[in-house]
Amino acid sequence: MRSRTRRLPWVVAALAVITATIVAACGGTTTSNAPSAAAPSAAAPSAAAASAPAAQHEPVTISVGALRPGVTQDAADALFQQIEEFEAKYPWIKVEPEEYNWTAPTFTAALAAGTLPDVFTIPFTDGKGLIAQHQIVNIDARVRALGYADKFNATVLANGQDQGGAIYAVPTAAYGMSLTYNRSLFTQAGLDPNSPPTTWDQVRTAAKTIAQKTGVAGFSTMATENTGGWQLTTQTYALGGRMEQVGADGKITATLDNPATKSVLQRLKAMRWDDKSMGSTFDYAWGTMNQAFAAGQVGMFTGGSDLYTWMIQNAALKPDDYGITVIPLDGSDSGVLGGGTLAAVNVVTTEAERDAAVDWIDFYYIQKLISQDGAVADAKALTANKQPVGVPALPIFDKATYDESQTWIKDYINVPTAQMTPFTSKIFDQPLVNEPAAHTQELYAALDPVVQAVLTDQKADIDALLTAANKQVQALIDKP
Amino acid sequence: MSTITGAAPAAETAVRRRGIRVRISRDGLATLLFLVPLLVVFGLFAWFPILRAFVMSVQETNLVSEPTFVGLDNFARVLADPQFGIAVRNTAWFAFLALVFGYPIPIILAVLMSEVRRGRGVFSALAYLPVVIPPVVAVLLWRFFYQASPTGVFNTILGWFGLGPFPWLQDSTFAMPAIVLEATWAAAGGTVIIYLAALLGVRPDLYDAAEVDGASIWQKIRYVTLPQIRTVLFVTLILQLIATAQVFTEPLLFTAGGPANSTLTVLLLIYRYAFQNSLGGDYGSAAALSLMLAAFLSIFTVAYFWLTRRWGSDS
Repeated sequence: MRSRTRRLPWVVAALAVITATIVAACGGTTTSNAPSAAAPSAAAPSAAAASAPAAQHEPVTISVGALRPGVTQDAADALFQQIEEFEAKYPWIKVEPEEYNWTAPTFTAALAAGTLPDVFTIPFTDGKGLIAQHQIVNIDARVRALGYADKFNATVLANGQDQGGAIYAVPTAAYGMSLTYNRSLFTQAGLDPNSPPTTWDQVRTAAKTIAQKTGVAGFSTMATENTGGWQLTTQTYALGGRMEQVGADGKITATLDNPATKSVLQRLKAMRWDDKSMGSTFDYAWGTMNQAFAAGQVGMFTGGSDLYTWMIQNAALKPDDYGITVIPLDGSDSGVLGGGTLAAVNVVTTEAERDAAVDWIDFYYIQKLISQDGAVADAKALTANKQPVGVPALPIFDKATYDESQTWIKDYINVPTAQMTPFTSKIFDQPLVNEPAAHTQELYAALDPVVQAVLTDQKADIDALLTAANKQVQALIDKP
Repeated sequence: MSTITGAAPAAETAVRRRGIRVRISRDGLATLLFLVPLLVVFGLFAWFPILRAFVMSVQETNLVSEPTFVGLDNFARVLADPQFGIAVRNTAWFAFLALVFGYPIPIILAVLMSEVRRGRGVFSALAYLPVVIPPVVAVLLWRFFYQASPTGVFNTILGWFGLGPFPWLQDSTFAMPAIVLEATWAAAGGTVIIYLAALLGVRPDLYDAAEVDGASIWQKIRYVTLPQIRTVLFVTLILQLIATAQVFTEPLLFTAGGPANSTLTVLLLIYRYAFQNSLGGDYGSAAALSLMLAAFLSIFTVAYFWLTRRWGSDS
């Protein structure tokens, strides 16, 4: 028989712990309220702060997610040099760079945990979603005080604005999709690297030639981590299709099973199984595709126009190998998928930190695009650390501003621009199409298995796969 | 302690009451003090998350916006999701492959190693080495070895014998067996050590008796060795089934559930619900599926022990 006396301390302790955990469990959900309550009050004090003389500034420290994990020491040094220049200009601000790279799983975890840096970047696709959730600060007054807010390209800026037009995130870069090709492999296969393919049939023929003559994949496409859907959408736009249709009443219909997408998948299937020109690896994501290309394992792929920098900094690309041309467009309504990056400010910040954050965004991302001093300083910092200057980009203001900024840095350009003319000479004539508006990343995620199935299963039923994916995305759109 | 047998109840109670006070102040308090850190740590890192999971499973929450109570909607949504059926099938397939392929191998290795006279320590260390390698490192290494081009490491080696090249992780039918192969390699060492210890505890006179009866080596294994270590075998079997039902690291790092969801497991689906949406995951559905898995494994374990209760006990 157990004595009650021995059990009493256990019972007391157990009760205490259980009570504590229940209280904590029910109370834990209220912490997420605090940051969103602070957001609406951003507008009022900022105008005063922006015009206050330097002597009245309190010292403030901000963390910026500007350091890509895995970059070379030179690339990191370029960033540190620019931070020094910023701190010299704004002596009351201390900038702490943090390693940061946007991927869907890590971003959402950091967002939930509240561990994002004070200034971070997000793709265009997520701007409006984060605004709706009050997860980024309304920096409208601060940005407009800088004087160039109305010079932004309206479509580009819209990605960072709420319904009323208030600016929550600043566009820092825009890219268009391109056909990236390996010039050395072209030469090895007997093709002319200065005359890259201009139609999809030519792409298919060139892929087959490269595969036969060199043994590597002539054409590859990304297929995992949402990039499968992203590239499928790109290639769909190039044939005139769309993944979502917006009705006159604003109702969104998913159209993943449109004829253009089917045509793209048919062609991929033929290239994979009949031509055997796609090699043997079909689980590329953004990073691994860049690595494989830089390593000379891929002849051609569709990807962003801004990859040169990453490939140099992270994948030891040989500059002579890099070739880029516009995506072949075919049919009416065809266009180039355009995307980009927004810089936003974390809600878990004080007013002084938000002022400093906008100063940093202005200095690091925008000045090189609109002021000669800023452009030259940026170019000097990059060349001093052997980083690429002059990588093709799409204008986030207007074309005239972009052209002007290119003339400011023309003495510092160190990328092989001649190799990029097939792209730069034609991209501005091609219509840019925005990514699908609703549930973009989830739409891409729903298409990943479709692309993977077509590339790994010879008997894959394209129609059935697209119908199922379409149903999945429509359900997401319709969810209240 | 009182040795009086016929003492009056009142007097005894009085002594007991004083005894209670004495015990709390001497034994009870010390016990409490030693217990509190343990309870706090467990409470914070084990019980609090479990309670939180129960709460989240009936909420619509992305840990960013205000959560709303939705009753059993999360459970309904999970059950209606086509990915759920795929994940359950794939997990069962993985568990089956791991059972057929990964369960006998440590036994065979342990039996072989127990026959070795000298150098058993070296073999034990070699067998255990894969367990020591961090899982992420092991998976990334194997992923490199599994490259599907003819110049991939495994394809090159098999090419010397005229086999392959195989698509490994690039094919829906090949991917899961490839993952089971690596998972077995990584985990076998731990169970080998356990079986070895169990085998060395078998009484040698049983083998002598079998020898006298003219048993061959296979008969000795079948009639002496296996029955003697059957308790350990039953325990490792249920542990393996529970572990394989929760397989996550390997599918995530090898294929992220691909190609075409052929390696999507239940845990990976939970991860997708929670983390795939960059605007904030559906933690409610993730918690609901976690609870469903936990409930299933609990019922399975209870059923398992009830069914094998007579087999495990010494007759």
